[in-house]
Amino acid sequence: MPKTDSLQGSLDLLVLKILSRRPRLHGYAIMTAIKDGSGDVLRAEEGSLYPALHRMEEAGWIRAEWVTKDTGRRARLYELTAAGKKQLSAEESRWQAVTSAVNRVLATA
Amino acid sequence: MSLWSRIANVARRDRLARDIDEELRSHLDEALAQGRHPSEARRAFGSALRYGEESRDVRFVAWLDSLRADVGFGWRQLAKRKVTSAAAILSLALAIGACTGAFRLIDALLLRPLPVASPGRLYGLFRRSFDFDGNLRVDDSYEYPLYRQMQAAVKGQAELIAVSYTSRGDLTYGSDQEMERAYIQNVSGSMFASFGLRPAAGRLLTVNDDVTPGAHPYVVISYDYWKRRFDRDPKAVGRTFRADMGIFEIVGVGPETFTGTEPGTVTDILIPMAMHAGVTHPTWSWFRVLVRLKDGVAPEPVLERLRATYRAVNEERAKEFSGMPKRYIDRFFRQTLLLRPAASGISDMQESYRRALAALGVLVALVLLIACANVANLMSAQAAARAREMALRVAIGAGRRRLVQLVLVESAMLGILAAAIGGLFAWWAAPFVAGRINPPDNPVRLMLAPDWRVAAFGLVLTLGVVLLFGLAPALRASAMKPVIALKGGEDPHSRRRLMHALIAAQVAFCFLVLFVAGLFTVTFDRLSHQPTGFSAARLINVETLSPRQQPMAYWDQVTERLRSLPGVETVALAGWPLLSDVGWNGVISVGGAQPAADLAYFLNVSPGWAGAMKIPFIGGRDFRPVDTCPGAAIVNQAFAKRYFESADPVGKLFDKVEGDGTRTRFQVVGWVRDARYRNMREPITPTAYVPIRSIGADGALQPRSSATFVVRTVGENPAALASILRHEVPRARPEFRVTRIRTQTELLRAQTLRERLLAMLALFFGVVALLLAAVGLYGVLDYSVLQRRRELGIRMAIGAPAANIARLVTLEIFVMVFAGALAGLALGLASARSIATLLYQVNAGDPAMLMLPSVTIVAAALLAALPAVLHAMRIDPVEMLRSE
Repeated sequence: MPKTDSLQGSLDLLVLKILSRRPRLHGYAIMTAIKDGSGDVLRAEEGSLYPALHRMEEAGWIRAEWVTKDTGRRARLYELTAAGKKQLSAEESRWQAVTSAVNRVLATA
Repeated sequence: MSLWSRIANVARRDRLARDIDEELRSHLDEALAQGRHPSEARRAFGSALRYGEESRDVRFVAWLDSLRADVGFGWRQLAKRKVTSAAAILSLALAIGACTGAFRLIDALLLRPLPVASPGRLYGLFRRSFDFDGNLRVDDSYEYPLYRQMQAAVKGQAELIAVSYTSRGDLTYGSDQEMERAYIQNVSGSMFASFGLRPAAGRLLTVNDDVTPGAHPYVVISYDYWKRRFDRDPKAVGRTFRADMGIFEIVGVGPETFTGTEPGTVTDILIPMAMHAGVTHPTWSWFRVLVRLKDGVAPEPVLERLRATYRAVNEERAKEFSGMPKRYIDRFFRQTLLLRPAASGISDMQESYRRALAALGVLVALVLLIACANVANLMSAQAAARAREMALRVAIGAGRRRLVQLVLVESAMLGILAAAIGGLFAWWAAPFVAGRINPPDNPVRLMLAPDWRVAAFGLVLTLGVVLLFGLAPALRASAMKPVIALKGGEDPHSRRRLMHALIAAQVAFCFLVLFVAGLFTVTFDRLSHQPTGFSAARLINVETLSPRQQPMAYWDQVTERLRSLPGVETVALAGWPLLSDVGWNGVISVGGAQPAADLAYFLNVSPGWAGAMKIPFIGGRDFRPVDTCPGAAIVNQAFAKRYFESADPVGKLFDKVEGDGTRTRFQVVGWVRDARYRNMREPITPTAYVPIRSIGADGALQPRSSATFVVRTVGENPAALASILRHEVPRARPEFRVTRIRTQTELLRAQTLRERLLAMLALFFGVVALLLAAVGLYGVLDYSVLQRRRELGIRMAIGAPAANIARLVTLEIFVMVFAGALAGLALGLASARSIATLLYQVNAGDPAMLMLPSVTIVAAALLAALPAVLHAMRIDPVEMLRSE
């Protein structure tokens, strides 16, 4: 089990969530979706997005395939696997638990 | 990521890198298409290369990096415990080396295909028949006219290649005084083309060199002989030599890889079949037949045709039988032909060593398993000692796969170091054992050059060994629950259960190895202490040959000359030495009765031979110089018992019945005690010694071309006289030449060579197995005392007596030892049948044979348990409880 720090954890969560809504996206589309979905607040850097995609692919949460676009260049499309769906719900509930805990602390302190 | 996909990633890193680059470029395109400014997009993106590297890191660079770290860490772990690591590595090295060495021998003798075109289509033709006692036997020697008929019968479907048994012959490139020996084999002229061989120099023999009997005095020499005898001189082609069969010219040199068709022997000189005197004899069986199927032809129809031809030839032959008992004729017709795959050639050595090598292979494999169990227990104990370290690693976020890798890397380092040392051991051991297979003057020559087969075997073996002892501790480490381990309360029994199971397995294997070693040792002992019936001490046999037959007077002249030498006590003449595996047998008939069904042995000897051999007379007299064969005979006890109901046979008559029904009559003039004739294994057969002076059908004394001078020396070391005897024989009569000088002790030793080798190796591995098992037992016991010291301390504190403590510590282990010994016993009894042919006068079910390993193992176990028990009893409860 690879280690997951909090930053990577939220990136993973975002990527998984996006892929669960819109299957078969390429890296750029995922990046755009994060940016647009968060109202320009969150940005996934290319430098961390691609390593994260490859790592999740190795972990079996997402799978990828090459498709040839009209321009003739190949693009790599990602989609969620069954393991990824499970992972998504686990990460989601953890995120909920963490944020509600943080909120509680903020409210009471 | 699985280990495999990482390794695969390293292997296809270029492809992977291309994939990643392509994906990043596609990303950039996308950004531009979305209307971002090119320079901005690029800036945001940074250097494509850098991201490529980072992505790639995830896949393999990180892994290689972690691997390097693990190797460093593993090395420190191994170096920290120098003694245990060295012991583990050395025991594994010995076992891996022994296994690889055994494989080298088995591969070279039995498995490696001949270096010929498609060896898989090569079959050996065997004949299943019945011997005189009606026992089934399989042989592979044929008669030339039969071979030609069979060859014609399968034309177009298969090629038949005749190859004679490789034998040592005498030849000279100069004068008669410069005779030398070489391994000679007659082969079909078609063999070279059929095998797809190319000459290293000159030309090879062809079908045209093998047509008219006696008309093709051309030979091909082997590359090995060319190198040894001629130092690769190209002028060797064209040289001539003289041998018994005439003068021959060397026309070429065979390819470097081809060493003949008999693994165990390297043929020096290949002569066309047509040059052998046997090609015109319809009854001489003197060569093997190899069947080379044409492409796409199945063996069955070819065998059917061969059988049909064989039956037809036999029916023709049977017409000449007269006066032969009906059951012989029935048996004669029941013999049939078989085809056996012969991709790796056919040799007698394969037959006599197949089982021995297989048994040896199993023994060393068992030793390897014992060594593996030891190392597994060691790793397991160390993993336990490192439980807290591992727990800490998990707790601070080490991936479990990384832990498996960490432990496996350490195991692999042990395995690789052991394999390297084991490889060196195998390098030395295989030729060492091969050198002990045959007597020193006729060494076995195996192609032991290490090749990819041996390398692959070593690699697979090492990998298997690492997984065998490394996987369980590695998986256990990864299944670690940090909380429990950090609390120090891991279930102590689960680990011990595995260790105990391994101890039982070790004891079972050790029992088996000791049991088999005992059987082989007793076999060797029984065989080498068989009474021979004669005295081998101070005897030396001078085997002598003359190119032409020489009158008996000349032989007597040489006998006299040798007898007059200083240091010689007495000299006698015999057809050949006893125990040289040569025999001459015949059918006996007493009082004109039906010929007996069994065979008696015959040997030509001179007057004084029985005295020289120290075979005592029971009654009658020795031969006199005037006695001739046929005429007088001296028989042994077995002969008297078989044909004269044990009564004093002196003065009685018997006939020797020839194959064609003619009889020659002998009168017994004396009888002697039994002596071994051909070899040590077969029971003593009825034997008749007959005078060496033979009378032919014309009534004249027959000349002889070969005989053996049996010399009894005064000095204790008969071999000291060898060179004098070798020179003295031709000095007495220049026509004579000594071909071979062997002391009788040497011949005796040659009889038990295989048994000696097996006993020696089995005993060696038995001791190694015992040592390893004892060390393993000691380790596990010591570990369990260490682990239970708290419990033991409490027990002692509340007053448990020392005996109780000792029982507590050893009981479980001894249950395992007994369970293992029982399993070993069952294994031993089950496997005894498969090695029965290697044994002599020893019964696997003999209680004594079973007691020996049992007692040894129990004694070793007690000894191994002692330090741990002492350790347990010396635990100071106060100190122990305080420190906890």
